[in-house]
This record gives sequence, C-alpha cells and structure tokens, in this order.
Amino acid sequence: MPVTTFYDAETRTLLAELSGDIDHCTAKGLRMPVDEEIMRRLPLRLILDFGDVSFMDSSGIGLIIGRCKLMTDLGGTVIAVNPQPEVRKIMELAGVQRLCSIVRSERRSLIGGLTI
Amino acid sequence: MKTKEKILNRVILRFPSLSENERFARLAVSGFVSALDPAVDEISEIKTAVSEAVTNCIVHAYRDRVGEIKMEVRLLEGCRLYISITDRGCGISDIGKAREPLFTTAPDEERAGLGFAIMESFTDTLRVRSSPGRGTTVTMLRTLRTKRTAHDTRS
Repeated sequence: MPVTTFYDAETRTLLAELSGDIDHCTAKGLRMPVDEEIMRRLPLRLILDFGDVSFMDSSGIGLIIGRCKLMTDLGGTVIAVNPQPEVRKIMELAGVQRLCSIVRSERRSLIGGLTI
Repeated sequence: MKTKEKILNRVILRFPSLSENERFARLAVSGFVSALDPAVDEISEIKTAVSEAVTNCIVHAYRDRVGEIKMEVRLLEGCRLYISITDRGCGISDIGKAREPLFTTAPDEERAGLGFAIMESFTDTLRVRSSPGRGTTVTMLRTLRTKRTAHDTRS
C-alpha cells in the first residue's frame, strides 16, 4: 500500500504514512485515501510521514500544498515528518516550510498517545 | 543545443507519454549516470529534473492524447552530462511565463508550477525551445562532481 493511515481520537490527529515514489503518476492514488480520511475524521492535525518515500518531485509539493489548503479550511494544521535528505531538499526549495512544519522526528513522540 | 564536443556515450530513448513512464525515464537516466559513480544527491537531483521534464510532456504537451517523448542523454568530456527531452505536443506560447515559479496552467490537478524552477536548480544550464503546435525541447547540462574523469571510467 502506498499510503497507510492511523487516527488518534484523543488528540484528533491523523497520521498518513506515505511510501514509494511520489510523482505525477502516484500522487492521485496517495491523495484520495488521505482526503477520504480527513473528511471522515475531521482531524485537527495531519501528520504526513515521508519516512518511506524514496523519491519525490513537484507532484509531491502539489500534494502537500493541497492538503495544507484542505486542513486550513477545516481549521487544522499539517506537519511533514521524516523526509529523507533529497525529499527534504525539494520541500525546502519549494518553500513548503512556510505552510507547514517539516520535522525530522520519530512518529511516536509526535503523536503522543497513539498506539500503532 | 548543438555541440561539437566529443561524445563519450549516448543513449536515445523514445517512449509514449504515459504517466507510468515517468518512473521509467528516471530509472533510465539513473542507470546511465550510475556508471559514472556519482554522489547520491547528484543522481537524485538529475532524476528529479528528468521527472519534471517528462511530466511536463505528459501533463501539458500531450494534454488530451498520447504522443512520443524522446529523451537523449549524452556523456561529454569532463564528466558533463547533456540531457534533452523532446515532445511534438502543443508547444509553449510564452516560455518566460512558463518558467516563472508557481505559474501553472493546470492548478486543478494540484500542479505546483515548480517544474522549471526545480529543473533550473538541479542543472547548470537549462534551455527551453518551443514552437506552438509543434512541440518543445528542454535541454539540460550538468557537470558531475565525480572524482574520476570520463576516460577513467573504462578501467
């Protein structure tokens, strides 16, 4: 599965673990399940985990910006975590850090009480 | 970009503008470059630049149809890499505008408008030649940092 989601009701946090290559071909398949979960759970915080993303081009930037817009509309925030150096470079080049935090961190400490 | 320089290696690939082939194009250029023993970040940046150029052909040039994408990769002396990506699609009427960061003609599809900006960042020279209705050629030059010279790669 290119994306796996977990929801923690206590902290109203949705974690989406993305994997594989994020390009124009795969972006839509990643976007749809994440958006479905967002609309179903209405979280306050969306954590996009890039730990298993091996490659990302500007399609991934479109994916992040789109989720930031959606979460902002819902009164929530987005955090991008665990990007590999090459992926992080693309994020910073695109200025994603102005829209959401980019965090190099372990999932458990970020998501608090969530048991996975 | 015409060049009279000695070509040490060259590959020309032609493939249909199907989205699945974005990955193929990245793997192909990665294979070509890997033989030169580059740094990990160099391969990654070259793959990203190629991915952006090929995606432009698929999303914009051949917007409503499938056409042919030609990708040529050359190794020049001094470990310089030449990559050109050509389509015979719709062409770009205003190249200056198309190259502006955040400009896109496909915002509904969550295109960030950063394709050319990323290609520029990850190459030494980026040239775009296009004529509306006839197609576009994007040419990128990049010198690899690899310590070995091009001649040494044979040993």
